[in-house]
Amino acid sequence: MDMTSLPQPGAKKLGLVIDLDICVGCHACAVACKEWNTSAYGAPLSDQDPYGGQPEGTWLNRIHSYEVKPEGEPAQLVHFPRSCLHCEDAPCVTVCPTGASYKRGEDGIVLVDESMCMGCGLCAWACPYGAREMDMAEGVMKKCTLCVDRIYNENLPEEDREPACVRTCPAKARHFGDLGDPDSAVSRMVAERDGYDLMPDQATKPVNKYLPPRPKTGCDNGAAPDNLAQLATVEPSGLLGWVDKALAMLE
Amino acid sequence: MHPAVSLLLFTTLSGAGFGLIAWTGLGFGPTGTWFAWLDAFVAGLLVTAGLSASAMHLRRPDRAWRAFSQWRSSWLSREAVLAAATSAVFGAYALIWIFTGARLLPLGIIAALLSAITVYATSMIYTQLRTVPRWATPLTPAVFLAFAAAGGALVLSVLEGGRSSPIAAIALVALVLAWIVKVAWWQRAMKTTRASAGASPEQATGLGNIGAVSRFELPHTGSNYLLREMVFQVARRRARAVTRLAVLFGALVPAVLLLIFLSFAPSPALPVLALVSHFAGLLCERWLFFAEAEHAVGAYYGAR
Ligand code: SF4
Ligand code: SF4
Ligand code: SF4
Repeated sequence: MDMTSLPQPGAKKLGLVIDLDICVGCHACAVACKEWNTSAYGAPLSDQDPYGGQPEGTWLNRIHSYEVKPEGEPAQLVHFPRSCLHCEDAPCVTVCPTGASYKRGEDGIVLVDESMCMGCGLCAWACPYGAREMDMAEGVMKKCTLCVDRIYNENLPEEDREPACVRTCPAKARHFGDLGDPDSAVSRMVAERDGYDLMPDQATKPVNKYLPPRPKTGCDNGAAPDNLAQLATVEPSGLLGWVDKALAMLE
Repeated sequence: MHPAVSLLLFTTLSGAGFGLIAWTGLGFGPTGTWFAWLDAFVAGLLVTAGLSASAMHLRRPDRAWRAFSQWRSSWLSREAVLAAATSAVFGAYALIWIFTGARLLPLGIIAALLSAITVYATSMIYTQLRTVPRWATPLTPAVFLAFAAAGGALVLSVLEGGRSSPIAAIALVALVLAWIVKVAWWQRAMKTTRASAGASPEQATGLGNIGAVSRFELPHTGSNYLLREMVFQVARRRARAVTRLAVLFGALVPAVLLLIFLSFAPSPALPVLALVSHFAGLLCERWLFFAEAEHAVGAYYGAR
């Protein structure tokens, strides 16, 4: 079998679109991902020393927060969810020596067949995005499955047939769909908002896209007070005003 | 990258083993049957020890046999297949040598070629990774091949014990060449950053056109697999000291010992000392190869 060669690219490219303008960094998507995937596809997502001093564990989605500082303007805070981008030229797949890592031709999802994985870790080295984590209890490689066991699952109500992270995001910063179809809602969103690839020079051709934060309106339009402290100084009136004056006399 | 002991031993021991197979296959070393035993035994030991060390790196070594299946796409799989093929061909060469006393040069040349391709495949496991810009250069296979040649020649001159063949001189020349290639590798590495591979924090997040990107909060309070494996930092500040040790024990000491051996003191102890010193230096060189290498994912963590 020749699984770790990449398949002929199919028309369907399922993936996520993540809106960095909207994400509030609440980590709900990461928790929902861990919750679903620890009891679904493959081995559970184990934790090591969960109640001890150095807890850690396997997660398929990690939420970073960055400070972005435009020249001469105030810094912005951008929350940044990071997970597998289901790349079209997935280096994690071609390096795998056992055939455990593969990309599906029919929808482009990148998966690990855990029964074949020998835990060498080379695929994690090949991924520029840190999307693969070795499960320390099971000794096999774990990664985002795009909730392959939800999206086609006819036992679930229709509205639940999307990845757990998308289903749970309270801010609606995450979207799931077919990025191979230019007319899909996600593709239109990418076109309208100039969605982009992470680290294009790594030549992985990610399917997932990120939508940039919308430009901030500047502070120099005359509407903003120079000194916020002025706004916080309130002259007390009524009873409080009388007390205030009485106290002032005592000073 | 985390300098796992299993990988340091794998790349150094198997390199020397395949180097020994190559020089033997090309007809170097004495011809006696006793020597055939010794040579085959040591080559087998080095290659087996190296490959066992690499199996120690696996978390499911019971599935290591599956690594023979994906040679069409995977360099790690190719390495496994080639190592087995080289061992088989050299095994046949050694058996014929032991039982008939004949060293079949054509078979030996095939074993030597396969050895070189195996070491090349080993180096390509690292060279292929665009995510580790220090490794992604044709100089990496050159370094691995040159050190395998030097190490193999050194082992053979130790086994030979005297000055009857030119192998000690070859070892000296190979050693000097290997370090010239390594210095070129280091010079390129000093100029190579994550940003040169498109993996600065700005490119990693795609937020560079807004402004400079810096870490505000990490996704997790503890460590994780990624940080341990790919954002290795412990003792990197000792890199300069380790570099000096690598050059001293890997290059200078063995070169001087071989020179003395070749020019006026043919004591069999000298190549032994040269080999021990070289191997210690080579372990330092391999430690640096891993420990100093930055992985693209470090950009997300705002660290190396
Ligand atoms: S994001 Fe990483 S793990 Fe996912 S397909 Fe791309 S290279 Fe592979
Ligand atoms: S860790 Fe498993 S999936 Fe990854 S390259 Fe090794 S065998 Fe393949
Ligand atoms: S759940 Fe939504 S808002 Fe919260 S971190 Fe995830 S993507 Fe961002």
